[in-house]
Order: sequence, then C-alpha cells, then structure tokens
Amino acid sequence: MSEFETHIVDVLIIGAGGAGLRAAAEASAMGASTAVVCKSLLGKAHTVMAEGGVAAALGNVWPEDNWKVHFRDTMRGGKMLNNWRMAQLHAQESPDRVLELEQWGALFDRTPDGKILQRDFGGHRYARLAHVGDRTGLELLRTVQHRAVDVGIEVFMECKIVRLLHDATGAVNGAVGIWRETGKFIVFGAKSVVLATGGVGKMYKFTSNSWEGTGDGHALALWAGADLIDMECIQFHPTGMIWPPSARGLLVTEGVRGDGGVLKNIDGERFMFNYISDYFKAETSDTIEEADQWYENKRDFRRPPELLPRDEVARAINSEVKAGRGSPHGGVFLDIASRRSPEDIRRRLPSMYHQFKELADVDITKDAMEIGPTCHYIMGGVRVDADTAAATVSGLFAAGEVAGGMHGANRLGGNSLSDLLVFGRRAGIGAAEYALGKSGEVVIDELQVASVTAHALSFFDNDGSENAYSAHQALQDTMQSLVGIIRTESELVEAKDKLAELSERARVVSVEGHRQFNPGWHLALDLEAMTAVAQCTTLGALERQESRGGHTREDHPLPDNEVFGKVNMATSFVDGQVRLRREPLPEMPTELKELFEEAH
Amino acid sequence: MTVVDPAKPNMSVTAVQIGKVRGGPPLSKVLRRDRWWIQPALIVTGLTLFAIYATWAAFRNGHYYAGSLGRDYLSPFYSPCLAHICSTKGGYSGWGPILGSWWAISPALLILIFPLGFRMTCYYYRKSYYRSFWLSPPACAVPDAGSAKPNGRRKRYTGETRFPLLIQNIHRYFWYAAVAFAGILTWDAIAAFRFGNSIGMGLGTLIFVINAALIWAYTLGCHSCRHLCGGGTNRLSEHASRYWIWKNIASKLNEKHQLFAWLSLVWIAFTDFYIYMLTSGIIHHDPRFF
Amino acid sequence: MSTETATVAGQRTLKMRLWRGDESGGDFATYEIPAQEGEVVLDVVHRIQAEEAPDLAVRWNCKAGKCGSCSAEINGRPALMCMTRMSTLNIDEPITVSPMRGFPIIRDLVTDVSFNYAVARRIPAFQPPKLAEGEVFRMQQVDVDRSQEFRKCIECFLCQNVCHVIRDHEDNKESFAGPRFFARLAELEMHPLDTLDRRRLSSEQFGLGLCNITKCCTEVCPEGIHITDNAIIPLKERVVDARFDPVAWLGRKITGKPDPTPAAVAASFAPETLEQQQAARALGKVGSHPQTSGA
Repeated sequence: MSEFETHIVDVLIIGAGGAGLRAAAEASAMGASTAVVCKSLLGKAHTVMAEGGVAAALGNVWPEDNWKVHFRDTMRGGKMLNNWRMAQLHAQESPDRVLELEQWGALFDRTPDGKILQRDFGGHRYARLAHVGDRTGLELLRTVQHRAVDVGIEVFMECKIVRLLHDATGAVNGAVGIWRETGKFIVFGAKSVVLATGGVGKMYKFTSNSWEGTGDGHALALWAGADLIDMECIQFHPTGMIWPPSARGLLVTEGVRGDGGVLKNIDGERFMFNYISDYFKAETSDTIEEADQWYENKRDFRRPPELLPRDEVARAINSEVKAGRGSPHGGVFLDIASRRSPEDIRRRLPSMYHQFKELADVDITKDAMEIGPTCHYIMGGVRVDADTAAATVSGLFAAGEVAGGMHGANRLGGNSLSDLLVFGRRAGIGAAEYALGKSGEVVIDELQVASVTAHALSFFDNDGSENAYSAHQALQDTMQSLVGIIRTESELVEAKDKLAELSERARVVSVEGHRQFNPGWHLALDLEAMTAVAQCTTLGALERQESRGGHTREDHPLPDNEVFGKVNMATSFVDGQVRLRREPLPEMPTELKELFEEAH
Repeated sequence: MTVVDPAKPNMSVTAVQIGKVRGGPPLSKVLRRDRWWIQPALIVTGLTLFAIYATWAAFRNGHYYAGSLGRDYLSPFYSPCLAHICSTKGGYSGWGPILGSWWAISPALLILIFPLGFRMTCYYYRKSYYRSFWLSPPACAVPDAGSAKPNGRRKRYTGETRFPLLIQNIHRYFWYAAVAFAGILTWDAIAAFRFGNSIGMGLGTLIFVINAALIWAYTLGCHSCRHLCGGGTNRLSEHASRYWIWKNIASKLNEKHQLFAWLSLVWIAFTDFYIYMLTSGIIHHDPRFF
Repeated sequence: MSTETATVAGQRTLKMRLWRGDESGGDFATYEIPAQEGEVVLDVVHRIQAEEAPDLAVRWNCKAGKCGSCSAEINGRPALMCMTRMSTLNIDEPITVSPMRGFPIIRDLVTDVSFNYAVARRIPAFQPPKLAEGEVFRMQQVDVDRSQEFRKCIECFLCQNVCHVIRDHEDNKESFAGPRFFARLAELEMHPLDTLDRRRLSSEQFGLGLCNITKCCTEVCPEGIHITDNAIIPLKERVVDARFDPVAWLGRKITGKPDPTPAAVAASFAPETLEQQQAARALGKVGSHPQTSGA
C-alpha cells in the first residue's frame, strides 16, 4: 500500500477560486477548522478571468434597481429553468456580499458621489455590475484570498483530489489527493466537504477555461453518488478570440459591447438587428439610431441588440458564419475602434487592449477584433439545496460554477461572481453547521484509500500506446463537433457511442516517467473526470428535446415549456454507469410569479 | 496504516526557507542575449565625463561671469555670486558679493555642494550609479558583482539600511535647496536679458532660459517633490490644488525624470562652458537676437 | 502582424533549449520542433510536452497573462511564457527557457514560490474604519486610483525573482519582502480608509531600506505596474516622514505628538520562525497575527 499523509479537519474545501475561498472564510469564522485544496497555486484560480463585473442590485447608478428586478432578469435570462429559490437568494444577498468585499479591502471603481460604480451588461435591465476596469475577477479573488489568509486558513496548493471518501452510511467524510509536486498521496478526513471546483470547459476544443476546468468537482460528486442537473446547459460566450490559433477561445469581455462595441459581419453590417427574438423585442432597440443613443441616454432608449443575453448573441454569430458572412478566420468582427476614442478604450478596457496587443498584435483602438463563440461556462452542475448548498449526498456541499440550478439554462454576465459570493458563503455556513453538529471522530476507511491510490497508480502500469494528450484531444474533438453550440439527435447519439469508447481509452492511458510533477499523469486523472462529465452533458442534451438557453437543438429549435420547461435533467452514477432521469423543477411561489406578469 | 507526518508543510503556512537549491544554470551565468552592458557603460561614461568637467569648472575660479562683455551672464556653477560683483549695474541689482571679495577659494566649491547633494541622493541617479558603478546589479537578471563569491566582501548586501547610504533619506532637504537654486537660476536667466541699460536677448540668454527651464523640469519631477506636494496624502480628493499639482506637474514630470536628469546635467555644464568660452576669448561674440 | 509572422511561418524549425532537472541538478535539453504561426513560448513548450516530453514539468493556468503562473526566464529575461510571442524572438538561434532562478527548483520549469506566500501571510490586512448601521464606504475615484494600480498585480512573482536583493543574496529572504509586497503595502498605505499606519513596519519588518531602487521589478512587470516610481519610492518617502525626517522628529519632540507608528506595533509583525509557527499551529492558531485576525 502506498504511503500517504493525513490531515483531519472539520470542513474541507476543494477549489480555491472565489466560491471556495469565500466558503473557507465563512466556515472558519464559524469556528470550524477549515482547509482548502487547490490544483494550482493560491490566487491563480479561473475566477481571475472574469472581467466585466459582479452583479448586485445596489442601486448606486439606478435607484430604481432592486432585488426583484435582478431576480426577474436572472430568471428570464435563465429561460425560467433556474431554481427560483437560488435566484431569489442570489438577488437579495449579492449587494451585501459586494459591500462586504469593500470591508476586506476591495477597491471598486467609484461613482462621482463616492459609491461603487455599476456598469451595463447583457440581460440586466439596469447598470448593475460593480467592477474594476475589466479585471473584476482578479479583484474579487485577491480580496477573498487576502481574507482567507488573514483568518488563517490552511491552503494545500497544487494538490489534485482524485476521489471523495465516505463512511458506512454513504456520507462524504474526506478525500484522497495527490501532491502535484511530489506525486505523493494526501488524505483528508473531514466532517463535510465543499466542492468549489469550477467548470468543465476543457472537454471542448475552444474554451475560455484554463487547464483546471476539467469538471473534477462534477465527477467527484457523481462518483460519490450525488445528482448533477442540466449538464446539457453550457454557455458559449459569444465573444472569444479567434486568432491567433494559440489564443483561440480566450475571452473578450462583454464590457466591450457594454461600452459601445458593436458586432459586424464581413459586409460591415450590424447584423444583430436581424436576430432579436420575440422574447426580448420590447426592450431592445430595432434601429441603429435608437441603439446608438442608448449609450448616452439609457433612460429613454432601448438597449442595443449586441447586449442581448449571451446565448442569443452566440447563436446569431454562429448563423452569420454559417451563412458565409464571417470574418477571414471564421468569426465576426467586434468593433470598438470606430466608436470610441483610443484614450477611452485604453482607460475602460485596459486588459483587453493588453490581451490583443500582446497575443494577437492587434491594436483594438485602431482595428476591429475577430471573435467567435467559445465554451465559457456550465450552468448545470451538482444539484444542491438552495439555502444550505447541500448536495444530495450527506456531508457534501457545492458552490460556484460546479453547483447547478442558479442560472437555469443560461447565465447572465456578472451573475457568476455574485453567485460565488452568495453561495460560497452559504456553502461555508452549511458545511460548518453540518460539521460542527456532527459528533464523533472522522474515521478514514483505509480500504477505500488503498483502492483509490491503487487506481491512480495504475496508469503507470498500463502498457499501451494510449497517450493522455491524444485521448484528451479526441474527447475535445468529439464534444466540439458533436455536442457543441448547435446539437442534433443523430450527432448526439454518435457522441454517446464515441464517449463510451473514449472512457475505455481514458482508462488504459499509460503514463511515462515518475510521479514527481508529471503533467501526463495529472492529465490522465483529469481525463477520467472529463469523460464522465461529457457523458452527463451528452445524455442531457439527447433527452432535452427542445432549445433553451445554452442548449440548442437543430431538430427541436423551439422551447417546449409544457414538458421540458418543467423538468431538470438529473444525471447520477448507478452501478458504474451514468443514468439520467427527469426531476420536476421546484415550483415558484405565487408572489414571485407575479413579478413576471407585471413586467413590461 | 502508514501515515507520514506532513513531510512538506503546506505552502501558505510555511516560514521562509533559506538556502534551497535553485534551478537553471548558476546565477553567475548570464543567459541574456542582448547587449545589456551598453546601458551601464554609457552611464559610467556620461557621469565620469561630467565629473571631470565639473571638477575642472569648480576649481577654475574664474571666467564665470561675462560682465566684461557687457552681458549679465553668470555661470550656474558660480551662482549665486559670492565673492565678486556679478552685475553690470554694480551693487545688488544683480548678485552682489554675498561673502565679499576676501573669499579666496573657488566659490563653486561651496555652491556645488547643494546641486551635487541633490543629484547624489536623487532616486534616478541612485538607480543609475548603483547599477553602473556599484554593479548592484549591472542589469536585470545579471548578478551583483561579487555576489557569487562564497565568502566575498560583497556576499552580504545591506542596501540603504545603514550609514552612509542611510543618508539618502535626506533627499527632500536637498530638494528644498534645489528649489532655492532653481529660483536663483531663474533670476540669472532673467538677468541675462539685461543688456546694459536696455533689454535684449543673445544666444547666451537663450542658453540661460533653457537651463532654468530644464532645472525646473528636473526639480519639480523629483520623487520627493511628488510626495511633498500631494503624494503623501491619502485623500487627494480633499485637497483640490495639491491634487492638481501632484497630477499635472509633479507626476507628469516624474515620468520623464530620467530624461530631465540628463538634459539638465548636460545643459548646465554646457551653460558654464559657454560662459568660459566667451570670457576666455575662445569665442569673441555672443550673437544678439534683439 | 504580417511582417512579424512571416519570419515564423514557412515551416522553419525551432530549436528550444528547455531546462530539465531538479534539486539534484540538471541541464538544458534541446528540442527541435517545427514553427507554427502566431505562437507564444508556452504553446511551443506545450507542443514539446505533448509530442516529445510528456513528463516535462511546467506550471501554467490561464494562458492569457491574467493569472501569472507561467513565469520563467526566456533567453535569460524574466517573462511570462504565455505573453512572449515567438515572433518577438530571434529563432535563428536556439531559444533558452529556464525556470525562475531566484527561487528553489521543484522540477524542470517549475519553482517553489512559497517564499512569496510566507511573506504575504505577514502583511497586515486592510483595517477598515467602523461604519454605522446602514452606512457604506465613500471613496472618490481619484483616491482609489493609486491603490488600484497595484491591485492589477497578478502575482507572477517575476519582480520577486528578478530583484537582486534576494536573487543574489539569499540571506535577505529573511528580512526583505520584495517588490510585490511593497506594492501591497503601498496599496494599503495609500488606501483612503485604511486605519493602520504601515510606514514603520514597511521599513523595519519588511526591509524597504534594502531596496536600492534599481527598477528591475518595474522592467519585468507584465502588467506594467510602476512598482518603483509609484509604490516603492512613495513608500520610502512616507517612511522618511515617519522615521528619518529630522525636522518632523524634532517637531514631534517639541509638541509632544506621539510617534505615528510606534516601534512596538511594527515589531509585532516580525517574521515568525518555523518553530514559532509550528507552536502556533499546535495551538490551532494558524497564521494570523493578533492585530489582524477576526472581523
């Protein structure tokens, strides 16, 4: 049996992004001994990539704004597939969470009267996003990082969790991980575990996600017996970089459009006017003249169609490219150069300016950017209780991107950072209360540990020609071409078969070299998580025979509110297989339903 | 169960560990491909040439006032005029003999203490001589001279924490003096418009005006100035005028501090040399514009 | 972009010399790989990893210059691998990529940057003023501008790596926080609402005086933060106010005003020894200074 070190804590948090660190700060403040494990160094989490802002109805720019409007925007953006209670808590609590960040040292941009400045974003009725230039995610992460360090949380960096452990009742009570640096095993005993591992983007070829977005938390929950919901709802951000090839997929913030950037096809046409769906007609400009006046006078004019929710814009771009009106590298143009002064652009979008200048050698104050949809965010995730963030397995909690339900079928920009804060805190409270209320010592089951370590080491013994990098590439190709932005039954069935084959390939991957900082081995371990998650996504996509938000079926182009609008696609692991069942969507109380009737 | 005690305490709570093995080739091997030594070489050359010139000019104790040619041009190395009557009008309308003519050694030796102190403690010059003369470091990612020798004298480095380099912290007092000197040089530039009883302008006048302008640009871009005029406060918004000065003058000039440090240095030497050339007869004529 | 990419295109071969090794030693290994259009150094390293050296250790994350993970020394110059385009390098010669040489090696291109986390833990956190119920912070944009510049820091630690104070003088790691943390201290010191005076401790506990402002930190900063001019020097000037200005000192003596930063407060932020830390851990008080813990 392999040697390992053991750490016993009350609350173990997997992931050190915004949600994980926010949960850690809260759990620790409640008196629970708390440890955070993360795959990278502290402070490198994908949260830093969030640019635009954190949505909170502070009402600093628009006094009319309040949680009800935010709630309504969120639900409508999510195509009503959201867990209403999560959306409600999120809208109610996000202002406090943002103000709390200031107490911890965050420095948001200011209004003239010294309050937090808020900016416009797609799908939000009012300017609502507290921000810092276009690096809000970094600000948020740094703030919670400093907070976590300040309250003295132990952080285990560059450590990958391979499997969760459970006790005799099936409740989660720890985890087995690997130090990336040494390749040695580390075992955590914990009364409760919070998953805050982020997304799954790395199963796609073009993604804004970093290497860490391999669906670890989704897979850990699945293997531990928890439900995932709506894994087919994946957001393709409409504006990712297209060129150069190595930067493909990198995000171009929605802030570009909020600050005046427009989308054009190869003919120079602002094509978004041709793609305003009935759902958003009432609040969207239908002429260029009106749209252009909105930037200066948001009260009297309707929003430009470039600021429709992300799924709408992504589909429109996809259609333009398909119709042969795309840009040379297969995207469309995002133009801010002709609309704002160079100084303005550099001041308001410094990191975008920097990113294009450094990576593509394009000066966005002079030339248009070439952009196209990129896999950005998964709305689906671990099925949780809205108030406590508890998963369907005892002792397990989830917050942030890894949790499902909050965003329904499509997430509004800016709602992710506020999601991290609201549900990160709630998961911290939930997990700490659960842990502190649980009596007795944590007992680690050595047999479980032994089987996990043996499994992890088996990749060194596999003697085959299967290489983790090429298997990963095959997975990405499959998902990109068959389960991408537009889906159809025959392709999904094909994907399902290919994935079955790929999970077999992933199992027999052989790893060269030794255990110390071996990226090939780490990828092999990530790959088993990705294939499991990809299966959930594919099954959900096959079953949901409608188009809704981040799930578009060519063969079922319209939403079906009667059947699919009322169910979540729940996937779980039964007898070593991913199984899918429909679960009814929680019913919204009448007083909240009324909010939708009085609107517009 | 084989439980190993935390062999590697986790990073976020570890104390600093000293003396672990570094990666890559030894630091003494410079991997930079560019000609990183050019900059320190230029600075050594430039500052050495200036030092030689300034020493000569300071000990010259003569040829610093062009009154004999009917021009109120006083070399900046000898201003304010301490031991001579430096005015075509006599008395105190220009610079009077502040000390009196009994003062025998070169007044420049007294005067130059202040600008020299200002520049020696200037943050920009500190950077350049620490790099170029001390080789600490000669360039980025190039090791400090002598740091690789195991028991060498330069193995230890204490920066500006001890005497004498601790004195660098006095920079702001030299800045106060520098403001006074900039005022004096401005007066000299004004005086350079006096052509006997009329107002005129010669090539020398232009040189003096540029000299005063460069000295101000250097002095007001000083890091201490930037701190004193506004940088030291946390709520700039409550001090509108200080904020304006901090933002539009001190910070703007500070960005070009290096440039003005060099321009003003070269120009002040040139100004002195021009007076020397005029008064020693190397050139006979100061062209008059009007 | 056409002029630059032209030199890379046309199936030329790149000669990459990557450092392979660990604590026990190492050397550059040379890899030859065809050039591709529009690549950054990290792309090439990844291709080598995928095709020739699957166990090549390299730390990276966002690949967009936002997380600061892939710091290394490219042709001897500290830089982010993801933000160094191949077209900016002369590919006629072999390109060397070595790990940051200011930190201990883990393996290949990966270094142990724990020094930085140890320092970070000692920096006293933001100390907000007390707010009345329902009151929110009011700060003007001009007052947060300066600190916001430092908050752009992505913690790539290139400045820490290049700073000769610790790069060439290992012993100073005990007493010197490094440019990244001077920027952090400056950020807090300039924060319009922070209530802790950080001047004396910057100098006495974090070694500000060791900096001889030779500006390499600013030169390598991928975020373009003016670390020296906007953080370190202003901080040094503030320290002069608190510690070195003889007139200010005399003034305090005469008027009887208290020292703005009492030495005792500063001393409480002294680095802990490993033994002290272990004792603290045993007591369950991990890593929080008495002054900074608690809400």
